[in-house]
Amino acid sequence: MQKFDAFTGNLAIATAMKQINPDVCAAYPITPSTEIMMLFADFVANGEVDTELVTVESEHSAMSACIGASLAGGRVMTATSSAGLAYMWELLSVASGLRCSMVMTLVNRALSAPLNIHCDHSDAMGTKDTGWIQLFSENAQEAYDNVIQAVRITEHKDVRLPVMVCVDGFIISHSYEKMQYMEDKDVKDFIGEFKPYRSLLNVEKPETFGAMVLPNYYMEFKRQVREGMEKARKVILEVGKEFGDRFGRYYGYFEDFMLDDAEIVFVVMNSAAGTVKHVVNMLRKKGIKVGLLKPRVFRPFPSKEMADALRNAKVVCVLDRAETFGGEGGSLYLETKSALQTAKNNVTVINRIYGLGQRDFLPTHVDDIYKEMQEFLNTGNIKLFDYVNLRD
Amino acid sequence: MSELKSWKEIAEGAIIEEAGNSEEYKTGTWRSFRPIWYEDRCIQCYRCWAFCPDSSILIKDGKVAGINYDYCKGCGICAHECPKKVNAIEMVPERT
Repeated sequence: MQKFDAFTGNLAIATAMKQINPDVCAAYPITPSTEIMMLFADFVANGEVDTELVTVESEHSAMSACIGASLAGGRVMTATSSAGLAYMWELLSVASGLRCSMVMTLVNRALSAPLNIHCDHSDAMGTKDTGWIQLFSENAQEAYDNVIQAVRITEHKDVRLPVMVCVDGFIISHSYEKMQYMEDKDVKDFIGEFKPYRSLLNVEKPETFGAMVLPNYYMEFKRQVREGMEKARKVILEVGKEFGDRFGRYYGYFEDFMLDDAEIVFVVMNSAAGTVKHVVNMLRKKGIKVGLLKPRVFRPFPSKEMADALRNAKVVCVLDRAETFGGEGGSLYLETKSALQTAKNNVTVINRIYGLGQRDFLPTHVDDIYKEMQEFLNTGNIKLFDYVNLRD
Repeated sequence: MSELKSWKEIAEGAIIEEAGNSEEYKTGTWRSFRPIWYEDRCIQCYRCWAFCPDSSILIKDGKVAGINYDYCKGCGICAHECPKKVNAIEMVPERT
């Protein structure tokens, strides 16, 4: 049985955490993710969960405590944003390198300076190469569903890598929308009991965690992390299918929206996909072959599957909500283009940087980009890189 | 050191699964100077044994009997602590 109710993104995530009932949560408040732990602290205080909530003095300590708790054999969760994630950065590769199972919600927010508390993906993109699995969520529903699935993914014996569930700050975290949620027992049944395969606290069989490794072994351990990522591909699909079979909402690497015969294709992650879908619907009514590919999994990046889904496209626009300052384009653009090149697909791919610090990204902006792409199909001319809604 | 293993054979996350297995790691390969112990000069004062940070002074039947080159890193503390008039330990460059 599932019910409908009004949820903000943060409430949806806190509700998922309540239903998961993790052993340990260590977190430090930062806008816009603060509310998740604030709501969760209520659940702890009211005895609705039996989680050990550790109110640490910084995000650096939050991630350190999560790593320790994970190695001790606990089911561990946390949440952060922006500078909080940046302050955890040192520990992110420790978590993946030590093969910690844990789930962190990242409520996406811009990095300073200038100081800005609003949404973009510069926090997540700055950590894309730290060995964390990254799932992106368009709305509260997907954030809720992703957090629950992330528990299964991170704890799978072939994976054992931490999972970051990304959701847009304010746009989703602080907006109410209708969401379907499961009963506690159904979530409990889906995630199962966590059986740690080793524990720091096992005095019967003492082991050393976090030992130093010299050049003759370091690369072997990094290769293992890559293997965990590769194995995660299958696990993510299996968990997404099982979730769909049980709860009716299926998840894969990405959502394809009117992609089959689409000649003009947008690629965009998280909440902006909703805006693009609206424009795609409008254009489809006029009989224009336009579509959207919305990646859900950024790490591991589904290169082969995305290249295959884009095989009929005549022009592709990748929308990035984070800069690479001096790179050829945004990270999603670079990955998409690389995937197409490997598939020997020479389709024109353009990149548009949008929504930095939560600059408005409206249907009219999508429509403008669509017009440029239509023009390209007639003339062959288009700007490969540009900003959206920027004052020149 | 023992034979290097492939990434498929080693414990995930660089976890050391056994307690007290550091003796398997032969640190003697780090040495650039080798202590040579002369039995005929040794007065059995045990100063080298007491000061050696790697427990690499061998004792047999209660007497200094030589040096464990598997773990001696060649720091020279034994030679330094050996009384000057005795000079039972000399450091010589390790052959490479």
